[in-house]
Amino acid sequence: MLLIRCPYCEEERPEVEFSYAGEAHIARPADPSQLNDEQWAEYLFIRTNARGIHYERWCHRHGCARYFNAVRDTVTDKLQMTYKAGEPKPDAIGPSGGDK
Amino acid sequence: MNTFRRPGRGRTHPEKELRFSFDSKVYTGYEGDTLASALIANGVHLVGRSFKYHRPRGFIGAGSEEANALVAFDRGPGRKTPNVRATTIELFEGLVAHSQNNWPDVKFDVAAMNDMFSVFFPAGFYNKTFMWPKSFWDKVYEPAIRRLAGLGPAPTQPDKDHYASTYGHCEILIAGAGPAGIAAALAASDAGGRVILADEQVELGGSLLSVPQAVIEGMPAWQWLENSLEILRARENVRLMPRTTVIGYYHDNFLGLVERLTDHERSPAAELPRECLHRIRAGRAVLATGAIERPLVFADNDRPGIMLASAAQTYLNRYGVVVGDNVAVFTSHDSAYEAAFDLSDANVRIAAIIDLREGVPEALLEEANNRGIDVTTSAVVTGTSGRHRVRQICVNTMKNGVVEGGAKTIICDAVLVSGGWTPSVHLFSHSKGQLKWCQRVGAYLPDAPNENTLCVGACNGTFGLSNVLEEGAKAGGDGRTYKTSEPLSGTGEIFQSVPTDRDQTRIKAFVDFQNDVTDKDIKLAVREGFRSIEHVKRYTTNGMATDQGKTSNLNALQIASKAINRPIEQVGLTTFRPPYTPTTFGAVLGYRDGDSFEVTRKTSVDMWAEENAAVFEPVGLWRRARYFPRNGEDMQTAVNRESAATRHSLGIFDASTLGKIEIVGPDAAEFLNRMYTNPWTKLAAGRCRYGLLLGEDGYITDDGVIGRLADDRFHVTTTTGGAPRVLAMMEDFLQTEWPSLDVWLTSVTEQWAVIALNGPNARKLIEPFVDGIDLSLKAFPHMAVKEGKICGIETRLFRVSFSGELGFEINVPAHFGRALWETLYKAGEQFDITPYGTETMHVLRAEKGFIIVGQDTDGTVTPDDAGMSWAIGKKKPDFVGKRSLARPDLVASGRKQLVGLFTEDPEIVLQEGAQIVADRDQPIPMHMIGHVTSSYWSSTLGRSIAMALVKDGRTLNGTNVFVPMPEQTHVAKIGGTVSYDPEGARLDVV
Amino acid sequence: MGTGRNTTIIRSNYLYDESARIYDHALDLWDGLSQELNYNVMYSKRGVMMLAHNVHDMQSFHRHIHANRLNGVDNQWLTPEEAKAYCPPLSISKNARYPVMGAALQKKGGVARHDSVAWGYARAAAALGVDIIQNCAVTGIKRAADGAVEGIETERGFIATPKVGVSAAGNSSVLMEMAGLRFPLESYPLQALVSEPVKPVFPCVVMSNTVHAYISQSDKGELVIGAGTDQYVSYSQHGALHIIEHTLASICEIFPLFKRMRMLRSWGGVVDVTPDRSPILGKTPVPGLYVNCGWGTGGFKATPGAGHLLAHTIAKDEPHKINAPFTLDRFRTGRLIDEAAAAAVAH
Repeated sequence: MLLIRCPYCEEERPEVEFSYAGEAHIARPADPSQLNDEQWAEYLFIRTNARGIHYERWCHRHGCARYFNAVRDTVTDKLQMTYKAGEPKPDAIGPSGGDK
Repeated sequence: MNTFRRPGRGRTHPEKELRFSFDSKVYTGYEGDTLASALIANGVHLVGRSFKYHRPRGFIGAGSEEANALVAFDRGPGRKTPNVRATTIELFEGLVAHSQNNWPDVKFDVAAMNDMFSVFFPAGFYNKTFMWPKSFWDKVYEPAIRRLAGLGPAPTQPDKDHYASTYGHCEILIAGAGPAGIAAALAASDAGGRVILADEQVELGGSLLSVPQAVIEGMPAWQWLENSLEILRARENVRLMPRTTVIGYYHDNFLGLVERLTDHERSPAAELPRECLHRIRAGRAVLATGAIERPLVFADNDRPGIMLASAAQTYLNRYGVVVGDNVAVFTSHDSAYEAAFDLSDANVRIAAIIDLREGVPEALLEEANNRGIDVTTSAVVTGTSGRHRVRQICVNTMKNGVVEGGAKTIICDAVLVSGGWTPSVHLFSHSKGQLKWCQRVGAYLPDAPNENTLCVGACNGTFGLSNVLEEGAKAGGDGRTYKTSEPLSGTGEIFQSVPTDRDQTRIKAFVDFQNDVTDKDIKLAVREGFRSIEHVKRYTTNGMATDQGKTSNLNALQIASKAINRPIEQVGLTTFRPPYTPTTFGAVLGYRDGDSFEVTRKTSVDMWAEENAAVFEPVGLWRRARYFPRNGEDMQTAVNRESAATRHSLGIFDASTLGKIEIVGPDAAEFLNRMYTNPWTKLAAGRCRYGLLLGEDGYITDDGVIGRLADDRFHVTTTTGGAPRVLAMMEDFLQTEWPSLDVWLTSVTEQWAVIALNGPNARKLIEPFVDGIDLSLKAFPHMAVKEGKICGIETRLFRVSFSGELGFEINVPAHFGRALWETLYKAGEQFDITPYGTETMHVLRAEKGFIIVGQDTDGTVTPDDAGMSWAIGKKKPDFVGKRSLARPDLVASGRKQLVGLFTEDPEIVLQEGAQIVADRDQPIPMHMIGHVTSSYWSSTLGRSIAMALVKDGRTLNGTNVFVPMPEQTHVAKIGGTVSYDPEGARLDVV
Repeated sequence: MGTGRNTTIIRSNYLYDESARIYDHALDLWDGLSQELNYNVMYSKRGVMMLAHNVHDMQSFHRHIHANRLNGVDNQWLTPEEAKAYCPPLSISKNARYPVMGAALQKKGGVARHDSVAWGYARAAAALGVDIIQNCAVTGIKRAADGAVEGIETERGFIATPKVGVSAAGNSSVLMEMAGLRFPLESYPLQALVSEPVKPVFPCVVMSNTVHAYISQSDKGELVIGAGTDQYVSYSQHGALHIIEHTLASICEIFPLFKRMRMLRSWGGVVDVTPDRSPILGKTPVPGLYVNCGWGTGGFKATPGAGHLLAHTIAKDEPHKINAPFTLDRFRTGRLIDEAAAAAVAH
């Protein structure tokens, strides 16, 4: 069970308090009607699925109920940092712990 | 007294003699014995049969590494446990155990024929045989193979015990209470943090319990141990946990510990859980899990009486039991000498020490000589004999590693073996720490950790008592040194497999005792092209038995490495899998059992329903009253009665499970505009609208009536099962896509009880009770909502209808739900008020063509498919899912559309889920054009009704389609979905 | 060489025509696979039973059963009593938290020994002259100026080829990225566990999507148990204890007899999941690059079918009619094959 720091509560809490909410930094297009089908499908379905550093969203479901972002290495599952929704995408710390 | 007892030795209590039974024969042992030590004290070594060849097997170890001595531990009906290691069962008065995997008994086992034909049973054997004739596989071969498989019998009755679980935290968790673990605990607890010291054994002390002659800080080891434990016990920040196995090491220093609480007690208190799972988040884990001695791989090394040298030493020093009268020793490591000397000092004849090595430390030879023990170096055991127990061994000498002829026979009744030590790196490996091959130890050792972990003592490749203690202390945070003296021990050589002069194809030298894997099997796997040790493991099943290779993995790896002709570090290591030792399902599931398996959500009216004989159904986490049978009615009869009462007079229904979300704020209407398909801006306060919610993929995901209480306040209802999902979706959009909207969302599902009254007399019933709301048709029309009071209770009163009749949904604070229900029910007697359940609710809504999301839709249905284009706000620039509705396939023809379906024979009620075809005469596979989503007997209409999703269904209005069922094909006509009161006149009955 | 290490379930009782065809194609091939490979893959037609615990399950299973029947796919409805007769350890107590209200049984379904399948294929392929390079990772996919595949880079050097088939399960996204493609895939941990081996006690495979668990007994006597995926994307193969707690609670809820059994081994694999839980099997936007991915938790059962269809697609440079619907393009058009609604948890 991961230990996750909620950037709003400023506490490390166990994973069961949180729900995973998919890849981060995929903004909903301001005007979806301007997108062609391929662009819309990209928004809906295409995911980085990174092996290594992954930017992702969590919700502190059974805590403050806020959505926030996290940087995690998907090879070790180690969370590098968490940050509030809306904050800019940070650089990952050091090289990917990934093996490729 | 038992023949093999040595009075004055061991930590057992001879004054407390215990009777126990094994295979129906009664023996005696002492308090403090394990089942294994007590059996050995009685001279019993044959305790089981092996998995594949059914060869006789005895004890190989003295602890949880035991591979052979698995027994059925029988504590009576509902309390039989198969495959328990006899070495870990604590003896108590009246204990009952049985050997297993043999028939008719352990001495005469019919399946032992497998051994005679074993030339036919090499690794991968099953894969290359039993294929022809093809038809024989299912009927003959496979059932036969399966009958032979398995060890003990599965339980036949539900477990009578219960289990518990806890969460905990500590600064330092120490796994293993040997010298390293205890030194770590002393140091760590001195520093003040919370310390947990866990050990799988009943007594803390680990290897110290087996070497009483060692001296620490001038004290005998056992005295030092007692003093240290006394100190630890006195410290409030220390939790000592004997009988507790650290089973697994998970993410971010989360460890699972299983404590055994009652298996050692003769009559445990009924309220005691049998085992408890402790889930500990540790600041740091100190792994002091020790090392396990490695057997030697030689011909017929599996006979009862052949065991690890360290095990024999433990039986003697800890339990006061000798493993034989005339014991041979076969070793490549110094530590076996120690066991030999201890046994010799206990008046056991040491028949010989056979050492594979050329060079043996002089001091050991001298000690042996002092005791008159014959040591042969550069020698090898090339075979053993004895049917149910080893009786003699063949010994050859070697020159330059080559076995010389002229075997010597040595008579013995036990053989102690030692091939060196394998550090127990299991937990470190669970935590994804990296391992590195160490030539000095001849084993993999912890290298780079992945968690905040320190490995100390033998599991870290550290040997020698003072080294181990000091490493433990350092991990606990102090730099103290320890003065110790201990028996000679230390070095050894690792032999990849023991040389022999015999025809290797004709001997069986076991590597994995429990799974009957021989060195031949491993070499065969390599010959067949397996280069990865993971595949060698699975092909041979080495290390996959219930001991998970604790005594076999390294031997297998070395044999494979030699056969592949690549260094071990290039061959790799198999992955260690939790749990460390087999773990009871009950302990893992803890309290999630029986009534507490999963929470059951109940409404405030639920108890009334139960008292009034409701039949319930599970809906998501809720249980809901399905119908209220009277006088033994079946469901259909009850539903007919309930719907007739509702249609003609008055029905009362508990709608409290509806999801409810309160949406408040200046931007509340705009937020709803963006979430739901419908427009909300112009909805007046005091009015309601049906809302349709899509996923971003354009498919219907939820629906419900939404009431506007004020300009900035909406009361949203969702489906019963959808509430958490809808709230999560709303929060997600609000927080991350539209954070500038000034809106608050609050789940109020549990806060409001909802009583639905439907039927022409609904208004008449509630009018006298309502304050502050004008219920007249004009002032309070269909789809109105007002706040006021009912029976003096604050209410949000909705005039809505899911039945097509005049209807009200009365929301009151949940704790008033039952009181109001009972008040209305009593007052409703004049109208023959009838409680109805979800089944009638379904029939009534289906008569009106109202959909149930998840039943009439399945995650692939658009608003247009459902015939609900009217719910889409045409002028809205965007809402969730809007763009997807324009995707090519969602606007293409041929989509399935929701229609009504009317069977030609009105008595036929189609099965929900039945498939629909246009051409009844086509062969299979048939072209299906749709399926029945809802189908009921409508007593109101005197016929069956149904809804269906049918390809281009709306264009087929009035045409016949076919529903081919196994017994007959039904004919049905496609029509509209609204079968009852299409004008909606019933809503406004005065 | 690996099989994704699922719990080796084989069945074909899927809902949509496209799914039923691809899985039933595989099921047909399973039937003669041992003989074709001359290697016993231990395919055991023990029957796969899916439990219904509420009215919604019953509606959904009936929908499957009738669709399967008209597609010529074996699947039948059992009452609780019939289900119990087929699988005696099953609890059909009316007082259970989720009482069994019936079951869908596919008698032809079952299990196979996953390692044997991999070994059998490897041996048969090697015999046909296929060069199998073990322990050798692909590090790049090289494309020519016109975009077409030229070959692959590996840890041991370059292999020139105009056609590359990718069948990399949990690592499919990584491989696709080497060719510059982004896919609708996410890789999740999937855990499974086995009990200690016991004498035969469990005659079939049982799955429950509502209670979240599935179980069978292997030819070694181990109960093989699994559930759904963990919640987050991961390649770590690192299992989490709380998932196992829920899985075993579910198993013991349905089979109270097993509460005293013991877990021997648990492990985590990686599965690649598409938005509609159906695979992508066919051509890619890169000429010469073919893919077989997105099988989620259920790919093992399709092994012979998927292999055949991928081979067909590579050889003909166009999909077989069975895998033609399983395109990448369906995510653009919205023509999804959404088994997710009906089988949200385990396959």
